[in-house]
Amino acid sequence: MIKGNQSFIFESKPVIISSATIAGPFEGEGPLAKDIDVIHEDVYLGQDSFEKAERMMLEQAAMKALEKAGVSKYDVGMLICGDLINQIISSSFAARTMGIPYLGIYGACSSSMEGLTIAASFIDGQKVKYVLTGASSHNCCAEKQYRYPTEYGSQKPPTSQWTVTGAGACLLASQGVGPKVTSATIGRIVDLGITDPFNMGAAMAPAAVDTIEAHFRDMNIEPDYYDIIVTGDLGSIGHKIALDKLLENGIRIPVKIFGDCGMMIYDSKKQPEVLSGGSGCASSAVTVYGHLLNRMRSGEIKKMLAVATGALHSPLTYQQKETIPCIAHAVAIEM
Amino acid sequence: MSSNKDDKLNLEQQKYKDFAQQRESKRPVLTNCIKAFVIGGGVCAFGQIIQLMYIRYFGFTEKNAGDPTAATLIIISILLTGLGIYDNIAQWAGAGTAVPITGFANTISSAAIEHRSEGYVLGVGGNMFKIAGPVIVFGTFSAFAVAIIKMLLNYMGVFR
Repeated sequence: MIKGNQSFIFESKPVIISSATIAGPFEGEGPLAKDIDVIHEDVYLGQDSFEKAERMMLEQAAMKALEKAGVSKYDVGMLICGDLINQIISSSFAARTMGIPYLGIYGACSSSMEGLTIAASFIDGQKVKYVLTGASSHNCCAEKQYRYPTEYGSQKPPTSQWTVTGAGACLLASQGVGPKVTSATIGRIVDLGITDPFNMGAAMAPAAVDTIEAHFRDMNIEPDYYDIIVTGDLGSIGHKIALDKLLENGIRIPVKIFGDCGMMIYDSKKQPEVLSGGSGCASSAVTVYGHLLNRMRSGEIKKMLAVATGALHSPLTYQQKETIPCIAHAVAIEM
Repeated sequence: MSSNKDDKLNLEQQKYKDFAQQRESKRPVLTNCIKAFVIGGGVCAFGQIIQLMYIRYFGFTEKNAGDPTAATLIIISILLTGLGIYDNIAQWAGAGTAVPITGFANTISSAAIEHRSEGYVLGVGGNMFKIAGPVIVFGTFSAFAVAIIKMLLNYMGVFR
């Protein structure tokens, strides 16, 4: 049911009956390692290209989520996936392996919550029994496509971020035990004129602010309704901008409940090379589907708002000197 | 709402740009310059040692010792790139590793390694000059332009 302008309430409360996360070695050294199901020691995963490695992680995350729930892939009505690589090959090629009816989505780093929103809608509409949704990113694939070769020695500014190598997936059902998806807010494109692809946090922060504001307005609730509000991959700089911008617009979110997946997944003291923080589809996918859902299951968090942010530019539009259009989708998950 | 960089930013965008800039950590320009000076100078000093070595032990003269020296630095740079060390040094050293010949070797070898998965011809061959290509194109062109200017000045008798 639509509420306000851009929010939806899922009356049947679709349940996340299982979730799984896979990550690379660098994420395995981070603070969320214990919530990651499989940590690979090799960024290639024994494959001969980074692209194959990424798709393998997505397949593993999807299979692991099915395995945890004890559901056969033949019972799953739909697979909804997204990633960052051109023509979303990681998702589509993983779907080829899985053999489940598939919808490919692209929302850049917001794909995780975009997928979860669509998945919850299908369950809420009683169209299918089980829906599997996931997202993936790979540091080396993203560097190769968006920036320079991975081994190229360029100095990155302190505003730049580190694409997370990993994948996360979750399985939704209409009934079961687990965190429930209660509402979602679909974001609008916001472009406040940032052109620097090494400053994603500042580019995406206004989109996160716009969606968070819309969510509270549409749902007619206050920020303290939630135990935790997390953004996908704003990094430390984007996080600060978003917090201040929200305050300027009259929305006071207590600092201790406002987090960012890109800041949670790495330890900025021990892993200074991430600079401003993590980014990529896997930043929100690994953190939300792993660490945060686990905290919900343990009862530590009751209500969470996950806002995944995405920068919808391409290397081409950057070279043509276009500004970066950004988006954010918010999903409310309650225990 | 989207706009081209060349168009003027609208008021809201301009305001946001300032808002964001106040909250961004700046590039530490001075420290970066010092690091670049030390590392860049170090690379050159190391090159000098190699050159002296070639002159002293391998019978080269000061004139022709430059070629094997450059080749040695290039090989070391490519080895470090292949071993995945060069980019880590470069994040620290900045222009110190980018400006000397080692940086040029790194651009070509890193692109070649990266695109190995697309095959030797279209992958490695087609992409290895992806970053170095523009440098070569504009380097050659500016050399050509400067040479023409010099020739004209010569012709007009400026250098006589």
